[in-house]
Amino acid sequence: MPLLEIKNLTVSFDTAAGPFMAVQGIDLSIEPREVLAIVGESGSGKSVAMLAVMGLLPNTATVKADRMAFDGIDLLELSPSERRKIVGKDISMIFQEPIASLNPCFTAGFQIEEVLRFHMGMDRAQRRARAIELMKLVGIADPEERLNSFPHQMSGGQCQRVMIAIAIACNPKLLIADEPTTALDVTIQKQILDLLVGLQAKYGMGLIMITHNMGVVAETADRVIVQYKGRKMEEADVLSLFEQPKSNYTRALLSALPENAVGDRLPTISDMLFEPAPSAAGTGSATGAAS
Amino acid sequence: MSVTVLEGKNIVRDYHVGGGLFRPSRTVHAVKGVSFSVDKGKTLAIVGESGCGKSTLARIITLIDPATAGELFIDGKKVDIAKDGLSKEMRRKVQIVFQNPYGSLNPRQKIGDVLGEPLLINTDTPANERRDLAMRMLKKVGLGPEHYNRYPHMFSGGQRQRIAIARALMLNPSLLVLDEPVSALDLSVQAQVLNLLADLQDEFKLTYVFISHDLSVVRYIADDVMVMYYGEAVEYGSRDEVFADPKHSYTKTLFAATPRADVASIKARLAKKKAA
Repeated sequence: MPLLEIKNLTVSFDTAAGPFMAVQGIDLSIEPREVLAIVGESGSGKSVAMLAVMGLLPNTATVKADRMAFDGIDLLELSPSERRKIVGKDISMIFQEPIASLNPCFTAGFQIEEVLRFHMGMDRAQRRARAIELMKLVGIADPEERLNSFPHQMSGGQCQRVMIAIAIACNPKLLIADEPTTALDVTIQKQILDLLVGLQAKYGMGLIMITHNMGVVAETADRVIVQYKGRKMEEADVLSLFEQPKSNYTRALLSALPENAVGDRLPTISDMLFEPAPSAAGTGSATGAAS
Repeated sequence: MSVTVLEGKNIVRDYHVGGGLFRPSRTVHAVKGVSFSVDKGKTLAIVGESGCGKSTLARIITLIDPATAGELFIDGKKVDIAKDGLSKEMRRKVQIVFQNPYGSLNPRQKIGDVLGEPLLINTDTPANERRDLAMRMLKKVGLGPEHYNRYPHMFSGGQRQRIAIARALMLNPSLLVLDEPVSALDLSVQAQVLNLLADLQDEFKLTYVFISHDLSVVRYIADDVMVMYYGEAVEYGSRDEVFADPKHSYTKTLFAATPRADVASIKARLAKKKAA
């Protein structure tokens, strides 16, 4: 049984200019212990699809799907309070901006322990011990001391480690990482990716990696979904995607990598996209709103 | 013959962190004696992790902050803004494009005014000429005259970075400092902006100082590469030298950390995973 199964997911936002379709009929499934990468540029709806799974979209969004099931539970039928018992515990998410996604008013330790209190019902001493264990697991030096640090006292890489600690605190079955390394340096990126993939293998989690970086895909994924303007362009295992990309869009993405530059100019997406782009209601400024 | 546009000799920059009642003040050595030179029409890339002093160096080269010690020559002329201040003539020679196109444009200023402002401050070009020049520059960077009266929030990230580049070019500078100009952009948009920069360099014979932490971008655009680590230049040479034979251990770490997107390395990774 797949861990997460989505059929024909559509998300639209009500805007002044009528509904804007951010996700148009995406199918997706992930098995336990699998690393799935979703690739696409900003505005391709890759984050929105996952936020719909988490139930984190604002009221202006309308989510429709034929099926959206996690571990056999139908997410569409759940009441908000039932959903809150799953989200953060069995499915958890890491966001792009580590410093912005932590609450600046509370210490790292408090924010890790909050999840443990809510979902696991641990007492104070157990929470403390588990928080220290988690901090060690994600590779933070002096965990006892760092528990009392506020987000602004830590570097971006350390904040992202704290975010990962919060996300894996309750041993989730599925971890969704939304551009986890985009805001970080290459050397730190490498460490965080190694950490994520290591944790995934150690605890047998499913991992969904949302990214626009083909290098990150190549380094982490088993299977890849390429998305463009809210639609799925291609789905393949990682090797065949890089060896024989089927859609023109994937080919364009791969050739836009600076290391693949032939001659003086980099090919861009518009140079390469011969097949007519799927019709989308909004372009230009609307893409910024969706990301 | 090649002409040296920019030369730095032993540039040092210290910051004094003020102490409190019970805390002594400290000195942070952000840049510890860096030397470099760039010829006309060439690109020097400065690579390093965050906090290694590359943006501090960019601010010194752009004549925003003075260096604590060392000499800076622009077009063969020694510049010391700590002593002599900054003349309008010098400001016309050096311009900068910042990393975040969302933060570097004033949200209350129309694009036309953004582009006219450098001319308004540094020259006495009349208003109608400023307008013409701004229109022409918009076309150069791939935007249209219809964008003249729009506000920054109406543009995507890539378009905003084009506007920031256009603003930097309004005064016909000879030296352009690019502080991580594409790191906030998507892969496909990044390719467009890099192409634009290459085209503009050819057209105006611009000299670039390109700051980045993305080695694949550096490999594409740079002629010379300088790797900085904790305020020091640990490696400096032509692109091919540095990429073919990195000497310093930090450079090697940097190369090892860059994700590789070729089929061979994916195969290697999958094989390793299977074995584990």
